[in-house]
Amino acid sequence: MHGLPGRLTALYRTTAVRLSAVYLLLFAACAAFLVFYVSSMSEGLLRQQMREAVAQETEQIERVFDSNGMNGLLRTLERRSRQPGANLYIIASPSGEVLAGNVASLQPGVLDTEGWTETPFRYQRYQDEARGNSWPMAYAEVIVLSNGLRVLVGRDLGEPENFRNLVRQALMVALGVMGVGALAIWYLIGRNALRRMDRMSGASQRIMAGDLSQRLPTSGSGDEFDRLSESLNTMLGRIEKLNEGLKQVSDNIAHDLKTPLTRLRNKAEAALAGSDSADYRIALEEVIGESDQLIRTFNALLMISRVEAGQAPAEMSTIDISEIAHDSAELYEPVAEDCGLRLVTEITEGAEIKGNRELVGQALGNLIDNAIKYAEGSGGEPEIRVSLQRRDGSVVLSVADSGTGVPQDKREEVVKRFVRLDESRSKPGTGLGLSLVGAVMEMHHGRLELEATHPERENNRGLTVRMVFPIPMD
Amino acid sequence: MKILIVEDDLEAAAYLSKAFREAGIVLDHASDGESGLFLATENTYDVLVIDRMLPRRDGLAVISELRRRNIHTPVLILSALGQVDDRVTGLRAGGDDYLPKPYAFSELLARVEVLGRRKGTPEQDMVYRVGDLELDRLSHTVKRAGKEILLQPREFRLLEYLMKNAGQVVTRTMLLENVWDYHFDPQTNVIDVHVSRLRSKIEKDFDQPLLRTVRGAGYMMKDEAAG
Repeated sequence: MHGLPGRLTALYRTTAVRLSAVYLLLFAACAAFLVFYVSSMSEGLLRQQMREAVAQETEQIERVFDSNGMNGLLRTLERRSRQPGANLYIIASPSGEVLAGNVASLQPGVLDTEGWTETPFRYQRYQDEARGNSWPMAYAEVIVLSNGLRVLVGRDLGEPENFRNLVRQALMVALGVMGVGALAIWYLIGRNALRRMDRMSGASQRIMAGDLSQRLPTSGSGDEFDRLSESLNTMLGRIEKLNEGLKQVSDNIAHDLKTPLTRLRNKAEAALAGSDSADYRIALEEVIGESDQLIRTFNALLMISRVEAGQAPAEMSTIDISEIAHDSAELYEPVAEDCGLRLVTEITEGAEIKGNRELVGQALGNLIDNAIKYAEGSGGEPEIRVSLQRRDGSVVLSVADSGTGVPQDKREEVVKRFVRLDESRSKPGTGLGLSLVGAVMEMHHGRLELEATHPERENNRGLTVRMVFPIPMD
Repeated sequence: MKILIVEDDLEAAAYLSKAFREAGIVLDHASDGESGLFLATENTYDVLVIDRMLPRRDGLAVISELRRRNIHTPVLILSALGQVDDRVTGLRAGGDDYLPKPYAFSELLARVEVLGRRKGTPEQDMVYRVGDLELDRLSHTVKRAGKEILLQPREFRLLEYLMKNAGQVVTRTMLLENVWDYHFDPQTNVIDVHVSRLRSKIEKDFDQPLLRTVRGAGYMMKDEAAG
């Protein structure tokens, strides 16, 4: 797709690569500092040692001269000169003329000042001169003996310098190897990250183009990219669901709101065509009744979409759900009795959840209302059971009836908006009751379970609806 | 009773003015938040009916400002927004009652009347009386013509609310709100069934009805004999 330069530019743009480049630079600077610090420290240390060794030797030489005289001194220096890696020795006249020693020539002026030479000087030994070697460098101490002769004891700089160079070389090589390694890893990681980002942005472009069923790729390794993809996918799932819901709603609104609107208009029109004022009154009352029903449907719809959009989280608090269960059962009990049904409760006391009292109350009200509607005159047991239990980590509020029930394959369907099974079309209702319950459960991070009350039966299996709420953590 | 309506929809305001006047209520109208605030500060009203969304100054801001100026006239909020959370924010801002749009005028009228007479109803009255019916809030007993009537706790609260607002229309939603403390639409006739149970207990052995059904509105506790 891109040429190599293009790929490298793109590679550089990835955050990981840029970060590692910065780290690499920082690391190199630190390492360079370390190299110079270690090498100069060790060189200084060696130089110090060298100086001490030379000072010791000059002391010895002075002692030898004092006790054995000139002959003894010459013998000692000769013997020492013969040893491998020997120091430099020069005996010179007070005027600076070289009398004896193992140094062929040296930088002029060195012998003139007594004491330690502060700067290194160049010299050549006899064998260096013979071979035509370059002039190495050395430090030395010059002393003046009691007879006025000058003695120089020097030491070659080679040893500390070599050591310093060795240390520097080793560190440089190590740094180079690390640098190359870092570049390689940098490229590999960056390329991998880049590929995955490419795939992700490809998928998101397809999503933006309108295909909401697309999902971002995951590698299954559970790393940062995967976690990002997973949470984005969850988000997409939710958006897709909301979007579908919206579409479904607009389709259903068209049908379920237009029908009563048409009815309302027809009634008004028919009344207007008539002439009796008593008819007007009846017609107007009917019109108000129809519009009330419409308003009710509209309110329920609005509430569902608000709950689904999660716009009411501010009003969530710890609520006593047992109390809600008691209240609702008590509220609906006379209605049930009027319909020839017994409302039985089985409520665990003191159960608490995090939620909205109004919404939970309304959801339970909807369920009891449904149960009464569908159990009435169905031929099953004339009983509705409202129960509240704690069940491993959740609070379960359920309403069970022995009515006609809902066939297994329709149970998911009935929670959707405006869905009413054919057999219930004759009953009053908006077709939104269970949808609201579903939305309320979603808002409370719980779930809605639908099940037959008596699955073993042929008829009147009944319906048990369970609202499963999570128990709050704290 | 004199009320102020702050509503920017002129057609709705005109309809409300007419309807309230027919019900015998004197009314001023303001069409934006600023003039509403001005009128409510300058004049004395029994009830303020304030739309939630108003030009120039939001309805809730008007209420907060009134409360800040120490004006404690009862306020009823009208709102086209949702029901669950909006209600709570409205009442928190200092509103006394809340009615979502669209509403039935009978509902609005009943609520305004209850709010307007709130001042006159002593909360500390220990015994409520309507005709020969007597409710003792302290001992939780109900007697009619000296004979004790046994009521369930909820029935007692229902009767208590009806008697407290005796002579005024009380709607079904007002009952659900005040007796059960729920603010949703119960869909079916749950409240009617509770009221008819209560009625049968307090009127069963007596000729004189006390609890009237007001068609298209709700219920009213009234001693018909007293007029």
